[in-house]
Amino acid sequence: MNFFKRFAQNRGALVGLVILGLVVLLALLAPFLYPDSPWRMVQRPFLAPGEVSGFWLGTDVMGRDVAAGLAHGAWVSLLIGLISTVVALAIGVPLGALAGYFGGKIDDALMRFTEFFQTIPNFALAIVLVAIMEPSTFSIVLAIAIVSWPPVARLVRGEFLSIKHREYVEAARLVGQTHRDIIIKQILPNTLSPVIVLASLMVATAILLESSLSFLGLGDPDTMSWGYMIGAARTVMRQAWWLSVIPGVAILLTVLALNLVGEGLDDALNPQLARAR
Amino acid sequence: MAYVSLILGRVGKAVIVLLAILVFNFFLIHAAPGDPAAVMAGEAGATDQQFLDDLRERFGLDQPLPVQLWRYMSGVLQLDFGYSYRQQMPVLDLILDRLPATLLLTGAAFCISLLFGIIAGTLAAMRAKRPSGSIIMGLALLFYATPLYWVAMMAVLVFSVTLDWLPAYGYSTVGADYTGLAHVGDVAVHLMLPALTLGLFFMAVYTRMTRTSMLSVSQQDFVKTARAKGLAPGVIQRRHILRNALLPIITLAGLQAGQMVGGAVLTETVFAWPGIGRLMYEALMQRDYNLLLGIFFFCALLVILFNMLTDVIYRLADPRIKQGAT
Repeated sequence: MNFFKRFAQNRGALVGLVILGLVVLLALLAPFLYPDSPWRMVQRPFLAPGEVSGFWLGTDVMGRDVAAGLAHGAWVSLLIGLISTVVALAIGVPLGALAGYFGGKIDDALMRFTEFFQTIPNFALAIVLVAIMEPSTFSIVLAIAIVSWPPVARLVRGEFLSIKHREYVEAARLVGQTHRDIIIKQILPNTLSPVIVLASLMVATAILLESSLSFLGLGDPDTMSWGYMIGAARTVMRQAWWLSVIPGVAILLTVLALNLVGEGLDDALNPQLARAR
Repeated sequence: MAYVSLILGRVGKAVIVLLAILVFNFFLIHAAPGDPAAVMAGEAGATDQQFLDDLRERFGLDQPLPVQLWRYMSGVLQLDFGYSYRQQMPVLDLILDRLPATLLLTGAAFCISLLFGIIAGTLAAMRAKRPSGSIIMGLALLFYATPLYWVAMMAVLVFSVTLDWLPAYGYSTVGADYTGLAHVGDVAVHLMLPALTLGLFFMAVYTRMTRTSMLSVSQQDFVKTARAKGLAPGVIQRRHILRNALLPIITLAGLQAGQMVGGAVLTETVFAWPGIGRLMYEALMQRDYNLLLGIFFFCALLVILFNMLTDVIYRLADPRIKQGAT
């Protein structure tokens, strides 16, 4: 069975893929559907969904269009989730590869370093980093990457430990390939499937983290994000429930979809494991 | 004797981590944009030149960096976390004042999530091939994907605003001045929503862990033996599978519990729960970095204490584990 067939066998993963596709579409179309800034006041504040035509999700405290915020927020969430995951991979993969490949003192030192970052409470560290660096897309991405790379390093290290004594690696060593070539060309490609699965789940966690930071008022002040929308709606929950419910459902669906897709990828990329389950 | 050296080893490791966090904190203050004195004072003090000069004098900011680091570290070791110029109180007093509320909240959330997580996970593992098992796992996935603060807000919307069953915020009824049992009951009612919403995410995590762990244990040989002996399935589930499946859960639960302290920042903010999470939010709003870093240090301290505690529990639960086996 090929990859796509195995993926399609997992019904949840297909549902996830459809939801994710819609969110991506919304994010890509945001500048065309709502060319105006989502921060612009366009109507009376506190319009309930559907109360005035053209504003099918209503308006917020300042009379901004909730639908426009939702569309532009989708772009921000996906972008920050994706970039911070890439940065986390860029930190975690090399560290894990070096630790697993060379072992010994290098492994000890790198794993101590990783453990240190795993001990510090993730969210508290992210808050402190963003607060000190001043909130911006750059600082948010960096903070999320800094708190999420340790699992990557551990995973890659484990894979390297199990692969580095395989025959084809020994053979590569025998013909005199350099360490660099063995790591990059021989071992790394074979660690890809579990890393891809982990990465898809990390995007989901990163989106949750970003929304939590923006909820606390640590979002980039120039970009509209779902977390910010919920945070701003907190004080008016009694008058305008939709302001907090709508962006919350958006986050929930996106994160859920990414998790489902991740599980599907896991089944498709690791068929032996999937059958055992 | 083995236990003593084991505990000493753990404590030594914890001390190293805490010292590393202090160094980290120190460099964070210096990495912040602007004058460290202004950073420590919060932006309020920035207007008063005399005040800033006093600060520079006091923290030796005109000294070379290593000297400053030494001053900072020795200050903390003497339990001097500095002064919050925004709240006009020493940082340590502020934190200690709020700590019990956070311990109560995270402790309650931890117990709730672990108990219900293990029950749900066990049920899901026993019904792995039936719809009821899938429903449990579906719910777990749903809670896993829901933002913590949003669940908290929705809980307020449903149980406080709409149904009016439980109070929406605070630690106790303002102005009621209950004493004795009435006070305990009052706090318990206020604790209900924050603890449940904080616990929900972790319950989902524990449910998934328990199910995976139980399914992997149930494939082992001694379970087959038990089945072959003709033991009742319920007995096998409880005595053979669950007991062995619980061990890795204890370790992972300890690691996850540390993250609960971070989650408390969100829950306490929504419910105006007077713990260090709420204090962290206040420090954020007021750009009170000195207080923020003090709280950060205490969060890490709590995590380390929690991990050590679960380590001890783990060893008590499984006498087979020997020193150095990790």
